[in-house]
Amino acid sequence: MDIFLQQVINGLVQGAIYAMVALGYTMVYGIMGLINFAHGEVVMIGTLVTITVVTFLLKAGFPVWLAGGMGIVAAASVCMVLGWSLERVAYRPLRGAPRLTPLITAIGMSIVLQNLAMMIWGRNYMTFPSLIEKTQFEIGGAAFTNVQVLIVLVAGLSMGGLLLLVYRTKLGMAMRATAQNPGVAGLMGVNANRVISSAFVIGSVLGALAGVMVGVYYEIAHYQMGFMLGLKAFTAAVLGGIGNLAGAMAGGILLGLIEALGAGYIGDLTGGFLGSHYQDIFAFVVLIFVLMFRPSGLFGEKTGDRA
Amino acid sequence: MSAKGEVLLQAQAVAKHFGGVKALRDVSLTIRRGEVYGLIGPNGAGKTTFFNCMTGLYVPDGGSFIFDGAPLKADAPDQVADRGIARTFQNIRLFGNMTALDNVMVGRHVRTQAGIFGAIFRGRAARAEEAAIRRRAEELLHYVGVEDRADDLAKNLSYGDQRRLEIARALATEPKLLCLDEPAAGMNGTETEALRLLIDGIRADGVTILLIEHDVKLVMGLCDRVAVLDYGALLIEDVPSIVQHDPRVIEAYIGVAA
Repeated sequence: MDIFLQQVINGLVQGAIYAMVALGYTMVYGIMGLINFAHGEVVMIGTLVTITVVTFLLKAGFPVWLAGGMGIVAAASVCMVLGWSLERVAYRPLRGAPRLTPLITAIGMSIVLQNLAMMIWGRNYMTFPSLIEKTQFEIGGAAFTNVQVLIVLVAGLSMGGLLLLVYRTKLGMAMRATAQNPGVAGLMGVNANRVISSAFVIGSVLGALAGVMVGVYYEIAHYQMGFMLGLKAFTAAVLGGIGNLAGAMAGGILLGLIEALGAGYIGDLTGGFLGSHYQDIFAFVVLIFVLMFRPSGLFGEKTGDRA
Repeated sequence: MSAKGEVLLQAQAVAKHFGGVKALRDVSLTIRRGEVYGLIGPNGAGKTTFFNCMTGLYVPDGGSFIFDGAPLKADAPDQVADRGIARTFQNIRLFGNMTALDNVMVGRHVRTQAGIFGAIFRGRAARAEEAAIRRRAEELLHYVGVEDRADDLAKNLSYGDQRRLEIARALATEPKLLCLDEPAAGMNGTETEALRLLIDGIRADGVTILLIEHDVKLVMGLCDRVAVLDYGALLIEDVPSIVQHDPRVIEAYIGVAA
């Protein structure tokens, strides 16, 4: 089996998930300069809601495709409301407060949501119901499944849709204008509150989809799963240049690849001293290096007022 | 359509201070429909502060604005636009990383409806609306004469073109009152003359104009009435020929002989 190709495939899939989550961070940051650390928890809740809804519907005798579809719709709806409420309840009252205040609030919201999820779904690992019959393919000595293909495909479509929304619609134009100069955008009749709410809602829908992907892919979920995922996605957003949509996508894919290849080769590199379970190291090594040598990220412009 | 000469904007005792500095001291003035109204005064006299209070960027510490028969709410820039006031900035504030066309299209926001669901699901109404926005934006670019730069990023336009683009963007909101903050600043003679023609054209289209300007010749040539601010207080508000020869104005600009 070809390790390199195999890890590239795995990295792409993981990277597609990171990218979906990273978009949520980057959109909110681009528009209001806030790092919404609770975004990982939104993803987690997306996964857990899907589990609950799908499990219930399957038990009630619904066909798998319908149960799965309704699970996704439920997750997206819950996350939309959650993202919208987060902004309304936690961040909007702090508009204009020093930057540190909403940041700490974001961390607080992350903890609140984790504990809320623990109270609702319990502390135990939950199994994600099997929605898709896995089939394995092989190419050049590397194996991949239909689930992986589907994840990459859906992620690609969602990101394409987001780009269309941002660059081809009136709402997207309002978002770009607000990101560049909220005051002037306001004078043009752009309602900043609506734009900010939209960014949260759209980011949360992408997060919900990512949550479903994580569930389908790893088939296991837990109330703390959003924390590490969120941190990695945040790293991906910083790597690509936070505030930049294309950057978040590229950063996500790149981080996935770095992690997967790192995990694949770390044993060889350290002579067997470190194993592939150390793969989390890579994300944070990348974060440290980006912050040291190119704090504006790969696609970011020089950040004066936004850093 | 309302009659010409009727009051469009009334500022009543507008005050604003920054710490101990009184930037505006109870400024009251009246702008009538259809006129070009000049606001002049030495540097730091409070002209831009007045603009900023009126357009909701600053919250005044006292006084109020009555616009088109109803008070203007402080601190709500998007509602100010909705009521029909648009402005340009002394230091140009375009959306630099958007194209010239996009900049103007943003200005159409205030006059259009489709919201988030329209944007996502792209119904027929939303698509038609976006097409209309684009058409109108192209017309406006043509109107101010930068149509051949439509697809260039705003930050790459020449200085004069950026000023014109800002005016197009302001016009896109279909204002009743267009406020121009030193539109001729940094322009050469030819550019200033072209600007004068543009402003004349905008007035002819029925838009009332409030003009802050240092170029005295431009102000006196264009304006129907002129107000002079000095140290945040209104010195005089009258037709150019009287303002020009008022001793207080001359004193404010040149200083009094000892």
